[in-house]
Amino acid sequence: MNIHEYQAKQLLARHGVAVPAGEPCKTVDEARAVAERLLAAGHPTLVIKSQIHAGGRGKGTFKHGFQGGVKLARSLEEAVHIADNMLGKTLVTKQTGPDGRVVQTILVAAAETIVREFYLAVLLDRATSRPLIMASTEGGMDIEEVAAHSPEKIVREHIDPAVGLMPYQARKIASALGLKGDLFNQACKLVTAVYKASWECDASLVEINPLCIVEGPGGKQAIVAVDAKIGLDDNALFRHADIVAMRDLAEESPLEVEASKHALNYIKLDGNIACLVNGAGLAMATMDIIKHFGGDPANFLDVGGGASKDQVCAAFRIILSDPSVKGVLVNIFGGIMDCNVIATGIVEAVRETGLSIPLVVRLEGNNVQAGKKTLAESGLTITSGDSMADAAQKVVKAVRAV
Amino acid sequence: MAILITPQTKLLIQGITGSFGARHAQLSLAYGTQVVAGVTPGKGGQLFEGQVPIFDTVAEAARQTGATASAIFVPPPFAADAILEAVDAGIELVVCITEGIPVNDMVKVKRAMQGSRTRLIGPNCPGLVTPGEGANSHGGCRIGIAPGYIHKKGHVGVVSRSGTLTYEAVWQLTCRGVGQSTCVGIGGDPVNGTSHLDVIKLFMADPDTHGIIMIGEIGGSAEEEAAEWIARYGTKPVAGFIAGATAPPGRRMGHAGAIVSGGKGTAQAKIDAFRKAGIGVAATPSEMADTLLRMM
Repeated sequence: MNIHEYQAKQLLARHGVAVPAGEPCKTVDEARAVAERLLAAGHPTLVIKSQIHAGGRGKGTFKHGFQGGVKLARSLEEAVHIADNMLGKTLVTKQTGPDGRVVQTILVAAAETIVREFYLAVLLDRATSRPLIMASTEGGMDIEEVAAHSPEKIVREHIDPAVGLMPYQARKIASALGLKGDLFNQACKLVTAVYKASWECDASLVEINPLCIVEGPGGKQAIVAVDAKIGLDDNALFRHADIVAMRDLAEESPLEVEASKHALNYIKLDGNIACLVNGAGLAMATMDIIKHFGGDPANFLDVGGGASKDQVCAAFRIILSDPSVKGVLVNIFGGIMDCNVIATGIVEAVRETGLSIPLVVRLEGNNVQAGKKTLAESGLTITSGDSMADAAQKVVKAVRAV
Repeated sequence: MAILITPQTKLLIQGITGSFGARHAQLSLAYGTQVVAGVTPGKGGQLFEGQVPIFDTVAEAARQTGATASAIFVPPPFAADAILEAVDAGIELVVCITEGIPVNDMVKVKRAMQGSRTRLIGPNCPGLVTPGEGANSHGGCRIGIAPGYIHKKGHVGVVSRSGTLTYEAVWQLTCRGVGQSTCVGIGGDPVNGTSHLDVIKLFMADPDTHGIIMIGEIGGSAEEEAAEWIARYGTKPVAGFIAGATAPPGRRMGHAGAIVSGGKGTAQAKIDAFRKAGIGVAATPSEMADTLLRMM
C-alpha cells in the first residue's frame, strides 16, 4: 500500500524525524488558514504541494493549463491562488499517464532554505534478507542514476534484526555524508528515527529524497526531511489499523479496488485480451504467452487456489468492465479444485454478464472431462483450448478477427 | 533416492484442525504419506480422522512420533512463531505453506534460524512432492498443497517459486511419460528459507535426478545466482522458464516477491543469465518439459 507524502511525513514525525512545518488541506479555506498561520509564524515563503500517488509533480501540468503541481508562494494571496488552481483539478505528470489524477489534498508547508541535499532510504535487501539503509550525498536525484553512474557515492548499511540499528551504524552514515559537529549529531538522531519508523510501521520502503540541511532565520542549520515517500508491506497491515485508515481509494484503479473486495488479485494493463487464471505464476505466464503470440494482455488476474463460483462471477464482471477488452482467456490448472466447479462458474458468469466477445477456456486437472462437458453442453459460444499455447493462439486470432 | 523427502519421511502438520490444514492433511494421507502427528495448541490428546494423534506442542509431537518434517498451515500472524517452534523442536525440514506473512516477521525468522540445522521451505509455497511407485504416483511423500496424482516417479527435478506453474511443468512431464524425482515449490515471498540455488545443488548431488526444470519469475536475483553457479558447477541438463516478461515495473504481481523495482529483477535479465549459463529457456510456459527433454 502506498500513502501520500503528507501521511508519510506524519508517520516520520511521530517517530521523531524533523519535517518542515505544514498541514494537509482539502479546501481553499483550510489552505488560507494554514498559510496565514505559517506566515505569521515567520516563514517568509511557503510551498504548496499537490498530494497524489505519482512522481514528477513539480514538472506536471494541470488540465486547465496551470503549470506545476508543486509551487512556491510568498504571500497569502499567492498561496490562496495556487490552492484554488490545484484543489479539485486534474494534474498530469510523466507518471500519471494522460488521464492524470484529481488533486483532492494539498500540503501547505514552510519552504525551507536548502543548503545541501542528501538521499536516505530504508528498504529490504532480498539477497541478505535484512533491512538495508542507503544514503548518498547526491540528494534530489534519481538514486538509480546515481547507482549507475557513481556507485561510490552510495553508502550501504545492513541492519541485523536481532539488535536493530546500532548507534555506530548511524554514525558511519552521518560521517559518510561528510557531516560535522551539531549536524553530525542531528543526522545520527534522524537516521535512527527513520529506521525506527520504517521497522515499526512495517514499511517496504522509506525514501527521503531530498534529506536537507536547511538554514533557519537566525542562520542556524538543521537536518530536515523535505520530501518523503513510504510504501507499506500489505501483509503487515493487519497490525496497523492507523495506517490502513490512510488508504486513499481515489488513488487506486476502481477495478482494482472492486477486485480486492472479492479477494481477487487484479492489475489493469493496457492491452485488449483479458485473462482469468488461478495462481500468480501461471497468471503472469498467461500474460506472457498472449504477448508471445502477438496479443496484448488487458490485465493480470489471479483468482487464487480455491476460487468459488461467486469469485469467478465477480472476476468476469471486473475484467469485462474494462472497455478495451475484446476477448477473454481463462486458464485454469485445477490441481485440487474441481474443474467442473470452475466450468459451472464460467457458464453462470457468461450467462449473467451476457458475454458477447470471444471466450477461450483452457481447463486442465482434476475432473477435467466433466468440466469440458459442462462447457460444451452449455450452448454458449466457448472455444476450448487444449494447452496454454493452443488457447493463447486461439484468443489472439479471435480478437484479431473482431 | 530423491531430495529432502522420501516415502518414509514422517510428517507432522501444524494447524491440522484448521479447514485448510485438515483438507490437505487428508489429501496427504490419501496419497500414502506418513502423516504421523498433528499440532493444534489446546487440542492435544484428540485424534485427526480417527487415526492421527494431535499434540499441543511440536516438541511433544516430534518426541512421541519421531516426525522429522513439518508442514505449517497456520494463519499469517502466527506463522513466524510456528516456524520457530518447529526449529526449536529440532525438526529437520519445515515447510511453510502460509501466504501473507509480514516481511519483517520473516526477516526475524531467518535471523533466528542462523546456525540451526533445520531447513525451511517457503513460506507462501505449495510444498514438496516425492512421487511414489503406485497408481497416480500413490505412496509418495506429499507435503503441502500440490495435487499428488499429476506426478509420476522418475528422474526429473522441478524447482519453482510458483505453485500452479510447477503443476503445469509436472503435468507436461507426466503426460510425456517422464517422471520426477522430487518437485519443490520454494515460494513467492521476497524472504524465504530455501533458494533456487539451494535446491539446484541438492538435485545436482542426487544420483536419481538426471535433469532439472527451474521455474523463476520477476523480482530479486535468486535465479541469476543459481544460473551463475550452474554455469560453473552444473553437471546435468537444466531447462527453465521465467514468468513476468509482460509485468509492468513497480507492481507486485500477486506474489509479494514478484516485483520489478528500480530496474532490478526483470525477466529479461534472468533469461539472459539462463542463456549465458547454458540453461535451456522455454519460449512459452507450454514448452517447459519439451525444452528439457530435448537436452536430455
